[in-house]
Amino acid sequence: MLEIKNLTKIYDGNVLALDKVSFTVPDGQFLAVIGLSGSGKSTLLRCINRLVDPTEGEIIWNGEDITKAGEDELRHFRRKIGMVFQHFNLVHRSSVLTNVLAGRLGYVNPVWSLINRFPKEDIDKGMKQLERVSIANKASNRADELSGGQQQRVGIARAMMQDPEMILADEPVASLDPVLAHSIMQYLETINKEDGVTVLCSLHFLDLVHRYADRAIALNEGRLVFDGAPQEIDDRRFKEIYGKDAERVG
Amino acid sequence: MKKFPPIVRYLAIGLVIFLAVVIYAYGFKVTKVNLEETKSERRQTQLIRIIRALAKPEIFEYEKQEFFVTVPFFVPCQDESAQPAAPDKFKAYMIINPTCADPKSEVTIEGFNFEPNSEGPIFFNPPSGANLRIADVVADSQGHFKTVATIPNRPDEEEQTIKAVTRIRIGNPHFTRTTYDTLEKIIETVFLALLATTFGTIVAIPLSFLASRNLMEDVKSPLVSISLSLITIPVGFMLGAQVGSWAQQISQLLSDSLILNLIGILVTLAIAVVGFRWAFPQEEIETPKTEKRILRIIVAFISVMSFFVSLFILANLAIMTGSYLSTRLGAFGFLGSFLANCGEILNMIMILITALSGAWVLSSIGSRISKFITTKAPDRLAKILSIILSTIAWALLFFIITAGLNWLYQFYNELITIVFPVGLGAILGLVLGISIKAKALLPVGINIYFIFRTIFNALRSIESLIMVIVFVVWVGIGPFAGVLALGVHTIAGLAKLFSEQVESIMEGPVEAIKATGANRIQTIVYGVIPQIVPPYISYTMYRWDINVRMSTIIGFAGGGGIGFLLIQNINLLNYRAASVQMIAIALVVASMDYLSSKMREKVV
Repeated sequence: MLEIKNLTKIYDGNVLALDKVSFTVPDGQFLAVIGLSGSGKSTLLRCINRLVDPTEGEIIWNGEDITKAGEDELRHFRRKIGMVFQHFNLVHRSSVLTNVLAGRLGYVNPVWSLINRFPKEDIDKGMKQLERVSIANKASNRADELSGGQQQRVGIARAMMQDPEMILADEPVASLDPVLAHSIMQYLETINKEDGVTVLCSLHFLDLVHRYADRAIALNEGRLVFDGAPQEIDDRRFKEIYGKDAERVG
Repeated sequence: MKKFPPIVRYLAIGLVIFLAVVIYAYGFKVTKVNLEETKSERRQTQLIRIIRALAKPEIFEYEKQEFFVTVPFFVPCQDESAQPAAPDKFKAYMIINPTCADPKSEVTIEGFNFEPNSEGPIFFNPPSGANLRIADVVADSQGHFKTVATIPNRPDEEEQTIKAVTRIRIGNPHFTRTTYDTLEKIIETVFLALLATTFGTIVAIPLSFLASRNLMEDVKSPLVSISLSLITIPVGFMLGAQVGSWAQQISQLLSDSLILNLIGILVTLAIAVVGFRWAFPQEEIETPKTEKRILRIIVAFISVMSFFVSLFILANLAIMTGSYLSTRLGAFGFLGSFLANCGEILNMIMILITALSGAWVLSSIGSRISKFITTKAPDRLAKILSIILSTIAWALLFFIITAGLNWLYQFYNELITIVFPVGLGAILGLVLGISIKAKALLPVGINIYFIFRTIFNALRSIESLIMVIVFVVWVGIGPFAGVLALGVHTIAGLAKLFSEQVESIMEGPVEAIKATGANRIQTIVYGVIPQIVPPYISYTMYRWDINVRMSTIIGFAGGGGIGFLLIQNINLLNYRAASVQMIAIALVVASMDYLSSKMREKVV
């Protein structure tokens, strides 16, 4: 279970990105995070694995506080939390398989990983994950030779290599066209339903939220303005989340 | 913006123009612009001579055959009996009209039956035998020439002679000695640049990471950890060097036997690999028991030691086989010498490597301890330890710094070299320890970044042409001094360019690798390095290009290469030879320029 308590993040220059956000995510839930650009969705997700250090508040995961973790403990937390990015964040010049194997870096012995040696089981596992997202045939291609949708699938395979208990997906489909968006969301759904991995996913399109999420939270200027089932987002709520001038699309 | 009335603006513009004129006038004065000199006739003739010499590079030459024709001549005229004998009309002959003359008078010299198209000077030979050049002639296709010459002021009672020395080219043109020398030196130049670039790049790569803001910015540690590193790094460095020299001694036990050395290398490598594989399992989810960890550390030490020994043996082996081969490979003897040199280099840097590994091992133990102190120890204990450690660390740091200064300035006064610095360092450490919270994170990384940036900027501002002067004193005049000077300059130049590349990488992949739980070094290897390979290659090529250009003139200061030849020829006023070298430089620089830009296009 993940408990966020009074999470606040103030960036340099007094920019308030998160303002006392609190919520709880039970294991195995598919949670959508919605809100306008700049409302703090990315910051929230990045605070959970401390890519961004929160200014105040607690993030308690399975009884341990991530915000207080030292360097080594933090790495142990991070290796159990997979992350999927809007811009895929693959290393372009490395092969697809190397990108996927990078997901094991938190587990393997640093000494061997520096010379690009991975255990045989990890390589097999990497191929299996690539098969799962059906791009095993591209394993030896350079990552930047792949299309956007394929790159995101590699990103998911990389996250799955970590044997994650939770996946943070930061706008995973915002750079993809709608057809691809559904295929990527379906992979995340499978991972959530079959493997029981908790998924926190920030999304732009409400129809995706309705279709895939068990629950939604909404941020507006760093404050939590909604927490409930996606079906509860009616017109009034919608205006609260997205502002008075917003109109529904899709 | 405040508006000034027009009159003020015009005045201001006028003032600016006036100031500009003054500045340029002063510039003319200090740079001694002298237009009179450019008009001086003496200088113009010199200039023309040099330019004409430069325009005739002595790249090719012909074998030449010389023909001598002499005619007796009296200056001034004697009695009639001295008329020259009638010339043999079937051989080359000269008719001088008049047949005798007063000094400084003009005579017509006409030649017949000379080798067609032959050319050469005509000399006046007084009895002393000196060759006084009075004319240059070129025979036409019938072997005929005609010229007017002035008889020199050498009156003599005795018979004197006028001699024509004409030459014809025979055979095909061939390269001159100068061309061969130039070729040899230009090859030396290109390789000088290659070695300097390689050496500089190897050192610049790791340093560039330390000088990149984005990698260093978030390196922050508490005072305890900084103090411990300040203590453990120098101590570890010395211990490592000691361990290295032990390994060297062990390696020398194998004497000069080739077989023993080969066996030794295999055995030690095997021990190292097996030990390493056991001590560093590839993947481990659970943390092992304490006894096992201690055993592992021991095994790791043994295998590392054994690895060092094997490297030393390798170095010995390389030196042995290299010097054996260098005498037996004939023309390829240089390959043997290269092997022997590689062995020497390995031998030399091994101690440095062991020292650095010692520093690394000890400092990582130190960081473990400091992590323990800052996370597990109670606040008060942490504070006390922080104060003590920081006092020791700063005292040690100041001691090391003054030891360096003492080496430079030779104080030899214990008060200055030990008491003051240690006392000052201790006080500073104490103050820091007391004033800074034990668990507060200090921005070490950014300070290291600034220190390295400063060093690089300082090194970069000293041209390699100046650096080479120091290296010439160290390793003697020659290309090796040039390699070292260019190499050092390359380190500074490339480290800066490289670090700027590191600063401009995409943050996304790095963030993604970090998010997998990778540690800092893994993040660099998997997230940063793949991104910087193309720009690094491209900048290295560019640097090679620059180094070729620099190495063509580094010889001016004794750094070997073609510049050495060029400056010699310029000083000897041998402009036709200098011209060959200039052409060679232009060709090499232009083709390097072209090649490097082509290759850079390929990699990026």
